[in-house]
Amino acid sequence: MSVPHRSAGDLPVTGDTIAIRCLLNGVETELEVDPGERLLDTLRYGLGLTGTKEGCAEGECGACTVLLDGLPVNSCLVLTFQVADRRVETVESLDEALLAPFLAGGATQCGACTPGVVMTATWLLANRDLLSSHRIRELMAGNLCRCTGYDGIVQSIERALGADERGDTE
Amino acid sequence: MNVLRPGSVREALGMLADEPTAIPLAGGTDLLVHWPANHAGRDATYLDLGRPGELRAHHWTDKALVLGGTTTYWDVIRDPRSARDLPLLVDAARQVGSVQIQARGTWAGNIANGSPAADGVPVLMAYDAVVVVQSERGVEEILLSEFYLGYKDMRLAGDQLIREIRVPLAARTGQRFEKVGSRRAQAIAKVGLATSHSEDGWRVVAASLAPTVRRCPSVEALFDSDGAAGSVEDVEAALAADVSPIDDIRSTAEYRLRVAARLLFFGNA
Amino acid sequence: MAKLTGRELYVDDLPSADHLWGATVRSPSPRGRITAVEFDPSIDWSEFVIVTADDIPGRNAVFLMEYDQPALADGYVRHVHEPVVLLAHPSRDIVRRAAALVTVRVELEAPVLDFCAVPEAGGIQHGTDNVLKHILIEKGDIEAALAAAPIVVEGEYFTGSQEHVYLETQGMRAHVDGDVLVIQGSMQCPYYVVKALVPLLDRDEAGIRVIQTATGGGFGGKEEYPSMIAAHAALLSLKSGRPVKLIYDRWEDLAVTTKRHPSRVRHRTGVDSDGRLLAQDIEIVLDGGAYVTLSPVVLSRAVIHAGGPYACDAVRIDGRAMLTNSAPFGAFRGFGAPQAFFGLERHMDVVAARLAMDPAAFRRVNLIRDGQQTGTSQTISDGADRLEVLDTALAACRWGTRREQIRRHNESHPLAKRGLGLAVFHHGAGFTGNGEVMLQSVVHVAATPRGGVEVRAASVEMGQGTTTIFTQLAAERLGLDPDTVEVAQPDTHRVPDSGPSVASRTAMVVGYLVEQACDDLRRRLGLTDAARGDAVAEAIRTWYAAPGQEELVGEATYLQPSHVEWDEETYRGDAYGAFAWAAYVAEVEVDLKTYSTRVTDFVAVQEIGRVLNQTLATGQIQGGVAQGIGWALLEDFSWRDGAMQNCQLTNYIIPTSDDLPPIRVEFLETPYSHGAQGAKGIGELPMDGPGPAIANAVAHALGVPAVAIPLTPERLMAEHDGLAAREAS
Repeated sequence: MSVPHRSAGDLPVTGDTIAIRCLLNGVETELEVDPGERLLDTLRYGLGLTGTKEGCAEGECGACTVLLDGLPVNSCLVLTFQVADRRVETVESLDEALLAPFLAGGATQCGACTPGVVMTATWLLANRDLLSSHRIRELMAGNLCRCTGYDGIVQSIERALGADERGDTE
Repeated sequence: MNVLRPGSVREALGMLADEPTAIPLAGGTDLLVHWPANHAGRDATYLDLGRPGELRAHHWTDKALVLGGTTTYWDVIRDPRSARDLPLLVDAARQVGSVQIQARGTWAGNIANGSPAADGVPVLMAYDAVVVVQSERGVEEILLSEFYLGYKDMRLAGDQLIREIRVPLAARTGQRFEKVGSRRAQAIAKVGLATSHSEDGWRVVAASLAPTVRRCPSVEALFDSDGAAGSVEDVEAALAADVSPIDDIRSTAEYRLRVAARLLFFGNA
Repeated sequence: MAKLTGRELYVDDLPSADHLWGATVRSPSPRGRITAVEFDPSIDWSEFVIVTADDIPGRNAVFLMEYDQPALADGYVRHVHEPVVLLAHPSRDIVRRAAALVTVRVELEAPVLDFCAVPEAGGIQHGTDNVLKHILIEKGDIEAALAAAPIVVEGEYFTGSQEHVYLETQGMRAHVDGDVLVIQGSMQCPYYVVKALVPLLDRDEAGIRVIQTATGGGFGGKEEYPSMIAAHAALLSLKSGRPVKLIYDRWEDLAVTTKRHPSRVRHRTGVDSDGRLLAQDIEIVLDGGAYVTLSPVVLSRAVIHAGGPYACDAVRIDGRAMLTNSAPFGAFRGFGAPQAFFGLERHMDVVAARLAMDPAAFRRVNLIRDGQQTGTSQTISDGADRLEVLDTALAACRWGTRREQIRRHNESHPLAKRGLGLAVFHHGAGFTGNGEVMLQSVVHVAATPRGGVEVRAASVEMGQGTTTIFTQLAAERLGLDPDTVEVAQPDTHRVPDSGPSVASRTAMVVGYLVEQACDDLRRRLGLTDAARGDAVAEAIRTWYAAPGQEELVGEATYLQPSHVEWDEETYRGDAYGAFAWAAYVAEVEVDLKTYSTRVTDFVAVQEIGRVLNQTLATGQIQGGVAQGIGWALLEDFSWRDGAMQNCQLTNYIIPTSDDLPPIRVEFLETPYSHGAQGAKGIGELPMDGPGPAIANAVAHALGVPAVAIPLTPERLMAEHDGLAAREAS
């Protein structure tokens, strides 16, 4: 499938546009964007993938986390043309079954940080070897949450890992 | 925004020669902050470093780790040899922002951004890293400790690109990286310190204590002469001769100096 | 699940075709007359919709308690960032750039920025003394009691402001649908928006429809300020005839929206040598900011809670909210009580130290027993065991043993000092005094044709679990399958006014009304109260089987519990129908190399009537504690001219996952007869305890005063080194 896309109306065209291809949520996608357009804006306003949220526009809160070639990144700090020929996954690509522990574990309250949280958590769950060198709370520190106090998030990840309190208590 | 998109380093150098005001863009973790509101930044011209593949990889030689111009923090964290041979790099990289930032941010970008609060620069400097800059005019090698001239002012001309960073391997002790932020994770340094000792003597590097990240020759001399400095006051006095901390939105000059001295003294005691 | 998959639609997720983006031009000055508004001539302004105070059809005020705060400054500004001009344009980028090219010129007058100082004559901007609200509570003869007390201990305590930092910034969308102005957005109180817009736009309620969209956190920050943004979006939409989105970015949200009131609390406390409280003389001053907003009620909650959960026969609590030329402070989880409890509970430790008593033992002596009275002379007889709350917390942290272990640890660790701190407190749920009577909340429970029900209330879901709780309450009341229970999206043209989603009132007060409305529905179906499940579903289906049958709706309206009596004039009586009771313990470690404090353990024990949903209740407590830890240690402001300077999440520091310990939560339950299933409110409670518990722990660790929060490393360094210098001299 190919989704031709022109810059969303809310963003100005200040230079020449750039045509790129990328693999977005498993779909080969063609985009034509202003060079200054952020990936976050292309996703939200251009493609209607509004699951990815803006929380701070400075790479601090992680609400806009997507996976770029499998690694979590802040899509507010990526220009869309930079994902040319790369793989991008957003929250819309996730399997609901995978998310069940997060619902049961109280990982979400208001939901604004949640898409970013589950993207980082998904990455963590797919790269369990990280836990030999990192703690869950360190890996999740790029996703600010103001509702849960993080216990619900950390415990949901632990539950999903099938491990308990791994490296997270003194 | 205008963007130049070279496919190779050679092409990139050609573009920079033609447009030396173009700003090299790699991970974007500094340049793209508050992008929608950064009207001036959005009117500038950028040189995208995403395509030249030869810039990304890092490699090890007998004598050094060679970081590419777009090697990321995460690349180094995930290389098991880093923690063994150059542990400060991993210590510092893990304290840069969050995983999301570590995945995008580059060592060369950290150098070129020139922030006095940089996390990557102090450890590189403590390891006597050499910055290899290249332009159509040729290649130049500059010791990182001699790279900065003043606040955001450095020995990097508009047509030059940081091609690689060479981090010498050596037998070292006293390797420490201390970052004091306003919280444990995801913070900008209020105080940053990197120390290391080798046969060349002590290296003591301070961040957020002066207009640039810099070595602290008085503290180094104190450490070299004494091994363990006499008192925390001695360290503070020596440090005061090396740095010029300020009050700003994140902390106070008094706090920065005293805490840096305490970290140096008690860490070394 | 929609939140986990990103399908939930927040206001900025609504489709945005064919709409305009709004932007706000603001005052650069804290106080003065506007002499000019200059539009940069390099721009073709005809492309823009431009709104000023002159475009306001009705009364230029965002009404909540008073008509004092203009929607757009008209000739005079009272704080930096006060809105002056609105712009709209199809391009978000262009309107942002344009807003920076409108210059508001102000003839500066000296601003009032210190809420503790007596204002000079030229600084008076409200009444004769800038006092926005004064409240005095008196019980017994305070002066006589202080004079007679063998020991009197004084203390002065300060708390800083706090930003809500809900992860979704504020935003509104407005459009006109026929004769109706439709407002959609992120908010806690849809009917507050209606009530503000009616006089401003000179429209009746039928002409204004307010719909709450998924709300990414509120914490009080989306109580009153959304009315301001809704007013702006409405004005732009009405003038342009186009849909308008006005979405704040983080900078603007931090800079301009309301924050927690800074406070100064003074105590003069008389005790006898056994630790019995003989006199509590308390003075509270709040920084109200430039307009009245909700300061009178924030002050009210502060003074009512200021004496704490202790019995004392002589009490005087004198509270004032002061006008300053800061951006207005407003509602924030806890609503004045966290400030009062910081002063009180920190002071309790200071008094205990003077008595050489264990802080827990001192509190135990004075904790209210059933039959005793609070500072407002409210007799407590709810059957809750407050001593058990305290003992459960002490047991969970092994208080005595741990204090001893810490003493030994600190002797051998000069650079890493530990401390254990306690706070005991209570929090009244629902509106104060007769407030709920005034609200006259109404809830509807409508039968749906498939044999289920739809709950219709104005209470919003903002993460705290309203939807889950209402579903659960209705399903259990009627014995229905939860899958057949729906909760209507708050839409003022569809749901009745069940009051605002604030004051820990949603589950307890509105939830109780949901149950009553279920009962009413059952009666209308001709069923007895014993009818449940299939009998109800069948009766509903039978009702709708009749042709042309109208919709069947059960209704409930708030009735004050007969035990509640309150005198607004003297501030005496039953301030709240019910209080939740709590004891929190924080353990900290202070690194004396860096003077930074880490919370290493946190125990939160509370009696809350009944736990309706374990996951949600636990999440409320943990989240509130996390916010309290942030307030106590991290969340600091850089102010200039009454405006926040550090308006970025890089510089306004809230806790990350790596800054917090696991937060241990325990509940005790003594059902409250007028709360849903016996529940009392809990939303705000967890905000009250962490501040003083942590400050007490830091004081325990270092012996420093710890009388002001946040206890930043810079502040601690000054306190610690100052102490060391005094000891040396």
